[in-house]
Amino acid sequence: MGSASANISTSGSSVNKGESLLDTARTIDMMGTDIIIMRHNQSGAPHFIAPYLKASVVNAGDGMNEHPTQALLDMLTMYERFDTFEGKNIAICGDIYHSRVVRSNAIGLKKLGANVSVYGPKTMMPIGIENMGVRIADSVADCIKDADAVMGLRVQLERQQKSLFPSIAEYAKFYAITPEMLALAKPDAFLMHPGPCNHGVELPTAVYDCDQSVINEQVTNGVAVRMAVLYLLMARRNQL
Amino acid sequence: MKLILKNAKKFNEDKTSNIYIADGKFAAEFAEDQADRVIDLKGACVTPGLVDMHCHLREPGGEYKETIKTGTASAAKGGYTSICPMPNTNPVADNAAVISGIMKKAKEADNCRVYPIGAATKGIDGELISEMGLMKEAGIVAVSDDGHPIKNAGIMRKVMEYASDFDLPVLNHCEDKSLSEGAMNEGTVSTTIGIRGIPTAAEDIMIARDIILSEYLNIPVHICHVSTKGGVRMIRDAKARGVKVTCETCPHYFTLTDDCCETYDTNFKMHPPLRTEEHKQAIIEGIKDGTIDAIATDNAPHHADEKVCEFSVALNGILGFETAFALGYTYLVKTGEISMAKLIDLMCYGPSNILKLGRGGMNIGDDADLAVFDLENEFTFDKEKMLSKSRNTPYDGWKLYGETLLTVMGGKVTYEKLC
Ligand SMILES: [Zn+2]
Repeated sequence: MGSASANISTSGSSVNKGESLLDTARTIDMMGTDIIIMRHNQSGAPHFIAPYLKASVVNAGDGMNEHPTQALLDMLTMYERFDTFEGKNIAICGDIYHSRVVRSNAIGLKKLGANVSVYGPKTMMPIGIENMGVRIADSVADCIKDADAVMGLRVQLERQQKSLFPSIAEYAKFYAITPEMLALAKPDAFLMHPGPCNHGVELPTAVYDCDQSVINEQVTNGVAVRMAVLYLLMARRNQL
Repeated sequence: MKLILKNAKKFNEDKTSNIYIADGKFAAEFAEDQADRVIDLKGACVTPGLVDMHCHLREPGGEYKETIKTGTASAAKGGYTSICPMPNTNPVADNAAVISGIMKKAKEADNCRVYPIGAATKGIDGELISEMGLMKEAGIVAVSDDGHPIKNAGIMRKVMEYASDFDLPVLNHCEDKSLSEGAMNEGTVSTTIGIRGIPTAAEDIMIARDIILSEYLNIPVHICHVSTKGGVRMIRDAKARGVKVTCETCPHYFTLTDDCCETYDTNFKMHPPLRTEEHKQAIIEGIKDGTIDAIATDNAPHHADEKVCEFSVALNGILGFETAFALGYTYLVKTGEISMAKLIDLMCYGPSNILKLGRGGMNIGDDADLAVFDLENEFTFDKEKMLSKSRNTPYDGWKLYGETLLTVMGGKVTYEKLC
């Protein structure tokens, strides 16, 4: 796209010398930066710095709040297969509580008129998510039944240490999207996953690689969506 | 195997009738000459087989105290046909392999239906939730850490949430261990005899916590062996506002008080400890008004070496299978506190409903699980005649009503007192 870019991560910057997030962002801003793309482990970090900067801020994932470009690429992948989102059933299974992907998809898909069902271990279901307009399913089967698209979510294996699930064996047995579960979706349904995937945990490898899987396509669409975000943002900035 | 029980007086009927059993089920009438065995009950009382939702069988790991074989024989002698052993075995019953082993031994013994309780956390150490789904496939009907109550409220929440995914009830022995370093109820008696006390507050605090979690999460919780007035009151209030809380008590909490500990007799030492008369009366009140859903035994065999010792050193717990019904009948029904039907609710249907066991049916086609009790004649309970391997009962020599005459599980006679 003819732009110049620089990567800044906490480990190689003054952030781990104790510099505040705001100071770091201001420094980058003062260098004449047009767009700051920010991924941060704290929810709301991009919202917090944006008002202080001349640069535009793109949220590339903030804590467990949102991951807007992931949702956009997910929706692009669906759009390529749907004539309309109206009335389509989207099933999302896994660690709902910690997932910024779920929150962005819930917002986006609802706007487009789709029905979103979510399911995960009760220990990973956030209180009140039904008020974001999604249906809380009773089981993986209930979530996936008659779905037009099925989305698996990464479960972080460290969460065993927080007692969110007891073992990989048990998660794979009771919460994974198995071929039997996927068969409950509509015949032409397809499978998505935001990556990176724990093979044999949330998805058996056979499912990851199955004909219905569009996981690799999501990656390709990610490039297009993010180019579009930058393109539109720059066009808008140039008008100002 | 075809069995006829003649002149049976069902607990909820006034007149006697005959009971026909074929192929393990209650059956329609058939001719006497087709029966393999005919037993004349002479008007003795027939109840559905009793259900004990809280006991300890000690196997694996504690076979010197009790085995699944001797424990289930002891249960059958008490009129029990379904029992739920707690997971504090060695190794702990916190995985499907141990549960499968228990199920296999129980099947070989064939004295009782055994429905194991799985550990709620790995190693019952209150840190990491157990493989509840895999254990349910192996046969568990609930989860509990029993004598090692989950002290961390955050872990208790996770246990309740995760167990609810598998429709497994969570049974909690409520005791805040930071308050309960003693060996008996804290009060006048403990002070008089110089034994460290366990306050009722230790139990009440955790009951309060569990009720609050249950109400917040809208997930059921079951409180094990309630012994305090405060516990009964909180559970009554919670039930009244719709909280999904259930509870059990044990015969010792409505028949004994901490006065019994005055002689340092370790057969009166258990967790929770025997309380004062005021609390005993509150338990009876809770039984009468429906606050208490079940009577469990907390049957806890211990070897003489673990009981014949200094009071504070002795292990906690007493045997319960072989005295529970007689104590319930003698001290609740015969005294006019509750009806016989209510006692059967507490000792069969109540626990069966909480654990969704579907037990207690006596219609044609139902599994033929029943018990026969002699309600007319007083008997003297003799610990030397117990079928348990252990002898730690406080009821030796007690005169009671309700001696078991016969127990039938799935059409098979599992206990009979030859008259
Ligand atoms: Zn206990």
